[in-house]
Amino acid sequence: MAQQDSAPKGHGGHASGAAAGGAHVAPAADDAHAHAHPTWKQYKWVALILTAITVVEVWIYYIPSFVASKLFVPALLIMSAVKFAIVVLFYMHLKYDARLFRALFTGPLIIAVVTIISLMFLFGHLAIRVGS
Amino acid sequence: MSASPALDHVQAGAHGHHYTTTGLDSRKIAIWAFIGSECMLFASLISTYLIYKGRSVVGPFPHEACAPPACQVPLKAILNIPVTSASTFVLLMSSLAMVLALAAVENRNLPKLTTGDRILGSSKLWLWATCILGATFLAFQAFEFTSFVHEGLSIRTNLFGSSFFTLTGFHGAHVTAGVIWLGTLLAIDYKRGLGPGDAINVDIAALYWHFVDVVWIAIFTLIYLIR
Repeated sequence: MAQQDSAPKGHGGHASGAAAGGAHVAPAADDAHAHAHPTWKQYKWVALILTAITVVEVWIYYIPSFVASKLFVPALLIMSAVKFAIVVLFYMHLKYDARLFRALFTGPLIIAVVTIISLMFLFGHLAIRVGS
Repeated sequence: MSASPALDHVQAGAHGHHYTTTGLDSRKIAIWAFIGSECMLFASLISTYLIYKGRSVVGPFPHEACAPPACQVPLKAILNIPVTSASTFVLLMSSLAMVLALAAVENRNLPKLTTGDRILGSSKLWLWATCILGATFLAFQAFEFTSFVHEGLSIRTNLFGSSFFTLTGFHGAHVTAGVIWLGTLLAIDYKRGLGPGDAINVDIAALYWHFVDVVWIAIFTLIYLIR
């Protein structure tokens, strides 16, 4: 296990001496592999956490009193968002990768989420009650 | 130095990497941009499902059972949560297998002293595991689609059927493309072996595979669990 417990190197991230003023980037051999990835133990824990959250999601689905409560939908959405974030940050290495990759993903993701919420309002599935 | 200064910025660097003025590999920039665009594609499909949710005139319905006299024919809730939960678990485990395949490719040249090292360091094993788990997910989906059709729900039956089959069908098509992609990596691994120089190619495939996984995380909650 020692092999995987030492953090594997990343790849495709920043080249060393990244471009300054638009100059040609000349990565020095494998110095380009600058970003560390999670270790095997971290991957294992991520898998366990994802499984545990999924079990809880399905479990609360079968509790009629909880399904009828106002907490049901927010709880599911929060758990789903946590799972989503964990996979993106650890399995997709976004936590360890370049900021440009984060921007390329989170930008369209924000547009996508805003689009879904806007359409829900537009078609009357969501409403904000103003006044009494 | 090329004739065009612009070309200098995209020349392949050491080890065949395609670096840009950002210092980042152009292929990784491309896959992240592609994944960003895919976010918006699936947002449109999920929006369509949510907009039409609860507006089907005839059954079968996703969660709501329907008994006479409300319905001429008694209908039960059609979504099979236990089966879908199992397929969700399978897809989550395929993501674990994928990151282990990538780590194995990156660490190909490191010495493998123990049995655990040899197991964790086998890219073929983890690529096979990812492919099989992906195919298992597709088998679950085929079972689900077939059972729905037998229970009277097709893509033409009602708004639920149309939006449900379109959304999950698109996702299933993405999983199929991922399994084929992983199959090509396996073929390369058997032919000449995947080493650290190939890590970027495996990483790009892994990013696509994990994206398919996160889309399913959203679908599972929004379509299957939220009533």
